[in-house]
Amino acid sequence: MRANTWAGRNKVEVRDVPDPSILNRRDAIVKVTSTAICGSDLHLVDGYVPTMQDGDVLGHEFMGEVVEVGAGVDPGRLRVGDRVVVPFPIACGACAACAAELWSCCENSNPNAGIAEKMFGHPVAGIFGYSHLTGGFAGGQSEYVRVPFADVGPLKIESDLTDEQVLFLSDILPTGYMGAEMCDIQPSDVVAVWGAGPVGQFAMDSARLLGAATVIAIDKEPYRLRMAEEAGHTTINFEEVDVRSRLLELTGGRGPDKCIDAVGMEASHGSAHLHAYDRVKQAVRSETERPHALRQAILSCRSGGTVSVIGVYGGLLDKFPSGAWMNRSLTLRTGQCHVQRYMKPLLRHIENGELDPTRVITHTLPLQDAARGFDLFKNKQDDCEKVVLKP
Amino acid sequence: MDLLATTTIRRPVSDVYAFWRRLENLPTFMAHLEEVRVTGERTSHWTASAPFDRSVEWDAEITDEVPDERIGWRSTGEADVPNTGKVWFVPAPDGVSTEVHVLLVYDIPGGKLGQAVARYFGEEPHQQLDDDLRRLKQVMETGEVMRSDGAPWGKRARREFPQRPAQPLSSDELAKGEAA
Ligand SMILES: NC(=O)c1ccc[n+]([C@@H]2O[C@H](COP(=O)([O-])OP(=O)(O)OC[C@H]3O[C@@H](n4cnc5c(N)ncnc54)[C@H](O)[C@@H]3O)[C@@H](O)[C@H]2O)c1
Ligand SMILES: [Zn+2]
Ligand SMILES: [Zn+2]
Repeated sequence: MRANTWAGRNKVEVRDVPDPSILNRRDAIVKVTSTAICGSDLHLVDGYVPTMQDGDVLGHEFMGEVVEVGAGVDPGRLRVGDRVVVPFPIACGACAACAAELWSCCENSNPNAGIAEKMFGHPVAGIFGYSHLTGGFAGGQSEYVRVPFADVGPLKIESDLTDEQVLFLSDILPTGYMGAEMCDIQPSDVVAVWGAGPVGQFAMDSARLLGAATVIAIDKEPYRLRMAEEAGHTTINFEEVDVRSRLLELTGGRGPDKCIDAVGMEASHGSAHLHAYDRVKQAVRSETERPHALRQAILSCRSGGTVSVIGVYGGLLDKFPSGAWMNRSLTLRTGQCHVQRYMKPLLRHIENGELDPTRVITHTLPLQDAARGFDLFKNKQDDCEKVVLKP
Repeated sequence: MDLLATTTIRRPVSDVYAFWRRLENLPTFMAHLEEVRVTGERTSHWTASAPFDRSVEWDAEITDEVPDERIGWRSTGEADVPNTGKVWFVPAPDGVSTEVHVLLVYDIPGGKLGQAVARYFGEEPHQQLDDDLRRLKQVMETGEVMRSDGAPWGKRARREFPQRPAQPLSSDELAKGEAA
């Protein structure tokens, strides 16, 4: 089959690879009908996540048709022919983390748990197409994909919603929603969202759905800010104005009640000085993050407010504003999304027309053109917001 | 050499105890064991893979046994690497899980064999027992040892690195892996 693979730093390549087969009894093989490129893939391609190998099949946002099931798959839950959206964290459904709905912390799905434990103190769940630290699972930017614990995670789509309407239930819609949910939003809240990428856009929509009074989008890409504005959100271009002062202006000097970091470890910065500091530290690997958005969110947040982090961080960061965080009673919440927790309720929001995930799709390309898709998305060319790939 | 490791398994003590007490089950999750054959009520014969494709065998007897609480054993006769082990099971505070604590003690001989054994365990001898218990947890909670394309061979993935790319296996690779 054809699959998009990691081919070293800054390079992806669609290659011929073997078709997947059942390795565990509760596996299914899914024929992929739609898959997408995510900001998390950029961290892998840019070389900021360790343990990638040449030839790793990428992709953790995908859906399709079940074409084979292992002998252990409960036929009451999943059968050949089912149309499914697959959540990106691989989770067993039986461990203490899964029982607590902390699906992305599943204790059994990562065969490389030992490696993850060394980096993170405790292991994390397996994730499709997302380095060997999270298990070394081939991803879904491919014609077929093996899905472990197939009777636990995958969501069956039984209505006639299009792929485009439900595909993002695999990751970015639940992720944006979790970012907003972690803010415990009150009706008077001003919520500021750093990053107007696809994840940020869904965090904004979710914040509004959860009742925020005002939602503010912060980014530097005019077309991405325009997209947020068209969806009804207020915008700040951090290359044009000082973010903190503008936020103070918009909140009567209080600062946003809730702040969401939807940028992660590769943020860019208006201040060339601090940016250079973090670039150098990242390059010599003594720091793995460039956490400008996170620092700014913490400094901007109202005292007693919440900073919710859904942008991905992978290792260690410098100059964490611990003083602001501690002295001003901030709450910091975060996590890889527990996607399985949100799929069903969010499907209902889509069916009711309260959320329209299709609004972020700007490009649909054949899988064969994955490298071009990565280029467009990474370099913000052709007003690219979200790329869907068709195998 | 003393190795101590612990895990928590979301199954009642009686299940975990019973699984371990059927000593034939140990090779399903302990990387170095090839076979444990029960020879009597308290005696058994163990085969482990050893460096240089050799295997090492020894007889063992259970020396201490309290149902749903603990099992202790030791090698008997002329074992190449005399060893003792004990496992104890403690109900976890959540009321549904079991804490499993394992202590293995190897009496590593001098000479070539001793050196080979030391090399086999590597710089982090604990890692292997930690991984053994992770696999025990996988088997008890999900029914089998978890595999991925990068680490497809379950407990035979002795060192987690280097691994193969996260890419489906060819039928040749699959056949070779199943046969090994
Ligand atoms: N927690 C999870 O489970 C989860 C799931 C999916 C994605 N993510 C992460 O979410 C983040 C966003 O994903 P995406 O797909 O939207 O990526 P993206 O790269 O399209 O979006 C990031 C946006 O942040 C903007 N940005 C850069 N520096 C900034 C700064 N200092 N202030 C404000 N904005 C800034 C960029 O211009 C870009 O528009 C990534 O880190 C991704 O890995 C997390
Ligand atoms: Zn993603
Ligand atoms: Zn689990």
